[in-house]
Amino acid sequence: MATAFAPTKLTATLPLHGSQENRLVLPIRLAPHSSFLGSTRSLTLHSSRRLNHAHATRRSPPVVGVQEVVKEKKSINSLLITKEEGLVLYEDMILGRSFEDMCAQMYYRGKMFGFVHLYNGQEAVSTGFIKLLTKSDSVVSTYRDHVHALSKGVSARAVMSELFGKVTGCCRGQGGSMHMFSKEHNMLGGFAFIGEGIPVATGAAFSSKYRRDVLKQDCEDVTVAFFGDGTCNNGQFYECLNMAALWKLPIIFVVENNLWAIGMSHLRATSDPEIWKKGPAFGMPGVHVDGMDVLKVREVAKEAVTRARRGEGPTLVECETYRFRGHSLADPDELRDAAEKAKYAARDPIAALKKYLIENKLVKEAELKSIEKKIDELVEEAVEFADASPQPGRSQLLENVFADPKGFGIGPDGRYRCEDPKFTEGTAQV
Amino acid sequence: MSSIIHGAGAATALSTFNPVDSKKLTNLSVRSQRYIVAGSEASKKKSFGSALTVRHSQKLIPNAVATKEADTSTSTGHELLLFEALQEGLEEEMDRDANVCVMGEDVGHYGGSYKVTKGLADKFGDLRVLDTPICENAFTGMAIGAAMTGLRPVIEGMNMGFLLLAFNQISNNCGMLHYTSGGQFTIPVVIRGPGGVGRQLGAEHSQRLESYFQSIPGIQMVACSTPYNAKGLMKAAIRSENPVILFEHVLLYNLKEKIPDEDYICNLEEAEMVRPGEHITILTYSRMRYHVMQAAKTLVNKGYDPEVIDIRSLKPFDLHTIGNSVKKTHRVLIVEECMRTGGIGASLTAAINENFHDYLDAPVMCLSSQDVPTPYAGTLEEWTVVQPAQIVTAVEQLCQ
Repeated sequence: MATAFAPTKLTATLPLHGSQENRLVLPIRLAPHSSFLGSTRSLTLHSSRRLNHAHATRRSPPVVGVQEVVKEKKSINSLLITKEEGLVLYEDMILGRSFEDMCAQMYYRGKMFGFVHLYNGQEAVSTGFIKLLTKSDSVVSTYRDHVHALSKGVSARAVMSELFGKVTGCCRGQGGSMHMFSKEHNMLGGFAFIGEGIPVATGAAFSSKYRRDVLKQDCEDVTVAFFGDGTCNNGQFYECLNMAALWKLPIIFVVENNLWAIGMSHLRATSDPEIWKKGPAFGMPGVHVDGMDVLKVREVAKEAVTRARRGEGPTLVECETYRFRGHSLADPDELRDAAEKAKYAARDPIAALKKYLIENKLVKEAELKSIEKKIDELVEEAVEFADASPQPGRSQLLENVFADPKGFGIGPDGRYRCEDPKFTEGTAQV
Repeated sequence: MSSIIHGAGAATALSTFNPVDSKKLTNLSVRSQRYIVAGSEASKKKSFGSALTVRHSQKLIPNAVATKEADTSTSTGHELLLFEALQEGLEEEMDRDANVCVMGEDVGHYGGSYKVTKGLADKFGDLRVLDTPICENAFTGMAIGAAMTGLRPVIEGMNMGFLLLAFNQISNNCGMLHYTSGGQFTIPVVIRGPGGVGRQLGAEHSQRLESYFQSIPGIQMVACSTPYNAKGLMKAAIRSENPVILFEHVLLYNLKEKIPDEDYICNLEEAEMVRPGEHITILTYSRMRYHVMQAAKTLVNKGYDPEVIDIRSLKPFDLHTIGNSVKKTHRVLIVEECMRTGGIGASLTAAINENFHDYLDAPVMCLSSQDVPTPYAGTLEEWTVVQPAQIVTAVEQLCQ
């Protein structure tokens, strides 16, 4: 599957964890039509001067950016996935897409409210990374987290119920669209402020390292932190890159660069838009990958996850991707150019995977159709389940504020407030 | 009442009073009557003002007397400074549970800017006593993530004021995640550090953050004031499943007191009766406790009998102890170091007015620091915080 992506001519494509030699970064020449193909704004030429300062000869971590890790998938002999893997990936992406489409429908029918951010178009990133993880690995996301939760294994029913605000939701209806948590599947959220989740992910990775080095347990768990291009201008991002590289934490920082914050183009907000380059500045590899191609993402992810499991530290992966819908369901999406949208729509990751699977004779059309049908039914059933579930009662209001409800303190009568019978009704004065 | 007899020896700077620490909730309602009776018994049995040892299983008999020197002959225990008490508490908890770890700037090799973590890095290693880079928001968030995945971090803010940089994480994640996740994840962190007005440290190093944090749902706040309650609160905070913010004070680290040898904790939600009295209830916390006790000396000489309560738990308030006191004295004076506007005193005033309005003979008076950035000049700094003379004047005014 040839990539329509005409990259910057980074002449040294380097393995992620290669050896010391041939580390030189040669001057990059950026064509005016730029590596960000979709954007009709041209990228300013970066002076090649800057790159000669690369830490080529300097210190140990052989970290330079990598582009085009996977150039092309050629013959059947060098297929990147097996049939089973292909079907798993396909099913996961179809689930993400159908679920998000159903969310939009339900929103406009008044079944869910608030801010809902849909993931259409970015499925390759979620599927590419999360399908490589085990159940005990952790995932941290942002407000665009429905599909991350689904890929990690949270059931569609639980996510849909959560969106409807029902008791059976994964967070008992208390979190909502932007706060999908699951202890069972180690989905650590779901954060509304950008950048807020990255330190939490760093902490989860720190936990893994602590378990291994202090508690002497067998722990190879890694953490994957997903966030967007806008977050890469936020201080928490840099603070965590520093700490993760410093302590070699088992974490992968995945930038879902969809080129737009809400209405702010990445190019208008960022002095150096190539985010993958910020990895080497902190001593970790920075990789740029085509985020519309699930197989390429998967290859990069494999490397990054293996690195982390081996204790070699973090990786920064920039996935160039695109969201087909607006920032949220409340966003009229008027600023983005129709041509840009069309270009990326032509690179729909699901269509691309389907094409790959069929062209390489891994699956038959009928099998894919049956998957689509199965997912349709699953999502319909999730909606029915969510519809039928009860709303939270008043008694739920005061639960879970504290893990230990003694935190509500001692009332005037000398008893703990949580012992007040009205507390369980949700009407106590606390 | 027996308590008045104890009043005479009342006001030294350091109280050896051991607060009620009953674990059984049923004792709470009985507590207030109990201590008045027991106080007199205690004074007969032991020499004036001995420190009584505290055990979990016993119902405690609080000795309400603030005395000059502890009677060393009869009591066991060891004497140490407040920062050493904090360190002892922390070390004991780290020994007890391998998941307890410390994170902060200069907590490891440097031993902590106020030496609270001295020696711990040598004993427990660099990962368990983690020297972080200077990025409060990120390392607080990191501790929260670690807490969600099984560890029990103690976060040190080198100065409480620096935690303003971590406000995002403290408010959104620390306080809220247990609720937003539907109860799935607990955040058993302890956030601690020195705050308060010191000796000419300048405005930014003299902040009192308790007022900023008090509205955050989901956190508990406690303030320690003696070596005894410092160690007890530190241990209780570490063992608690809730996120707890422990406020220490820069000027109190060198207080010396004898504390029990055996394991004890101080209840996070309870207030401490420092000196029982009849005429007026004075509610205070942290360093202002000592200004109050100093004023109490003067007041006693003038014939007043103030009841002094160290509220200790800034969020939630122990309305039982406070309420019982108000019902007895009918007059309340709050003395705090927080700012006047929106401070702990403001909330406490509202809570008292709401709950105990019928029992008040006079309006609740609140003495707080001035609403100014703390100036550098010594004289100006002295005038920003409440001084004992002002407390005496206020009591005289209220008790007219």
